[in-house]
Amino acid sequence: MAIEVRIPTILRTYTDGAKSVEGKGDTLAELLGDLDSRHHGLRDRLVDEAGLRRFVNVYLNDEDVRFLGGLETPVADGDTVTVLPAVAGGSR
Amino acid sequence: MRYDSLLDSLGGTPLVGLPRLSPAPDVRLWAKLEDRNPTGSVKDRPAFFMIEQAEKDGLLARGATILEPTSGNTGISLAMIAHLRGYRMICVMPENTSVERRQILQMYGAQIISSPAAGGSNEAVRMARRLAAEHPDWVMLYQYGNEANARAHYATTGPELLADLPGITHFVAGLGTTGTLMGVGRYLREQVPGVVIVAAEPRYGELVYGLRNVDEGFVPELYDPSVLTTRFSVSASDALRRTRELLDAEGIFAGISTGAALHAALAMAAKARKAGQRADIAFIVADAGWKYLSTGAYSGTLEEAEERLEGQLWA
Repeated sequence: MAIEVRIPTILRTYTDGAKSVEGKGDTLAELLGDLDSRHHGLRDRLVDEAGLRRFVNVYLNDEDVRFLGGLETPVADGDTVTVLPAVAGGSR
Repeated sequence: MRYDSLLDSLGGTPLVGLPRLSPAPDVRLWAKLEDRNPTGSVKDRPAFFMIEQAEKDGLLARGATILEPTSGNTGISLAMIAHLRGYRMICVMPENTSVERRQILQMYGAQIISSPAAGGSNEAVRMARRLAAEHPDWVMLYQYGNEANARAHYATTGPELLADLPGITHFVAGLGTTGTLMGVGRYLREQVPGVVIVAAEPRYGELVYGLRNVDEGFVPELYDPSVLTTRFSVSASDALRRTRELLDAEGIFAGISTGAALHAALAMAAKARKAGQRADIAFIVADAGWKYLSTGAYSGTLEEAEERLEGQLWA
C-alpha cells in the first residue's frame, strides 16, 4: 500500500498527465519529498520557504492539512491526499 | 407572524432538529432553514446588510448601478432589493450556471454579463473588477471582501442560533465567500468557550480549477482561518448523497451545498459519539432544491446525478 496523491489539472505537467500518483513518507513533507524525486519540480509548485503556498490547498482524507499539522501532518499508507488550487468557487 | 414588508421579514429562520439523522440522544443535529428568507436563501442577510451600508456611506443613490460577480443566490438577493429600491443591477456570472438562476435574476430586472465557464467564479471576479475599473460610477459591493457580509451573520445568524440552541457545541456551514463562517464563528467564539467551527468546502469538477497557474488562485479577503477549527473538502458525490438523505430521512428539500454541510456535520457527530461527548451540532441549509432541478441532481441514480453535475457550479 502507498499514499494516493490527487493532482489538479494545472500541475499534471509534472506527472506526465497522471491524475493521481503514489508516494510514501511519515509526514506530508516527506511525502512531497518522495514525490519530487520522481516528479521533479512538483514540490516547488506547492511549497515555498514559508510552507504551503498561499493559493494551494492540500487535503488529507478531505480535511485541510493547514488545520491538522501543515507540512508536519502525519500520513500513512491508505491515506488519500488531494491537492487543489484555491478558487472563488461556485454560486455565490 | 406579521411584517410591514417582505424585507422586514428577513432572518428569524427556524432551527429544526433532525431526529432520524442524529446518531444518539445526546449527539444531535440541527438544521437552520435559511431557505425561509425573502428570496429563498441565506444570501438575503449579507445582501441586505451590504446595501444598507453602501446607502449609509452615500455610495448608492436612486438610479445607481450595482455590479457584482455572482452566479447565484447573492445576485438574486441583491437584484430583489435593488429592484425595490430603484437601483440598476448587473451580475457577472459564469455561463455554466443553472437556467433557473438566470430566469429569476431577469425577473427582478437584473442584467447578466456572462463570464467563461472555465475558471468558475474566479473568472467572474476578474471580469467584474475589470468592468468596475472601466465604470467608476458603478458600485461593486464585492461580497468576498465586504465586512458587512460577515457582519450580517455576526449580528443576526449567530445570535439567533445561540438563542435557539444555548448548548451549541458545533457550527457547520459551506465555505464560499466565508462570510457565514466568519460572522457566526466570531460571534459564537465570543459567547461559547470551546465551540467548534467547521467549514465544508465544495469540491468541484476540474473545469472550475482551470487556472493558468497556482499563483492565480483566489482566497476571499474576508477569510480568517483562525476563526475555524477545521475545514473539509466535500466531493459532489458526498454532497449529492447527503442532500438526498436529508430529504429521505427528514423531509427537507435542500440545495446541493447543504448536502456538503450535512456531510461535515455528520462527520463531527460521529467523532463526538466515538469520544463519548455530548454534541449539539447546528448547520446551515443555505437554500432549497428548486433552483437546481434542471441540473438533474434529484432524479435517477446517484451516479447519473453526479455525472450530470460534473462541470456545473453546484454550490
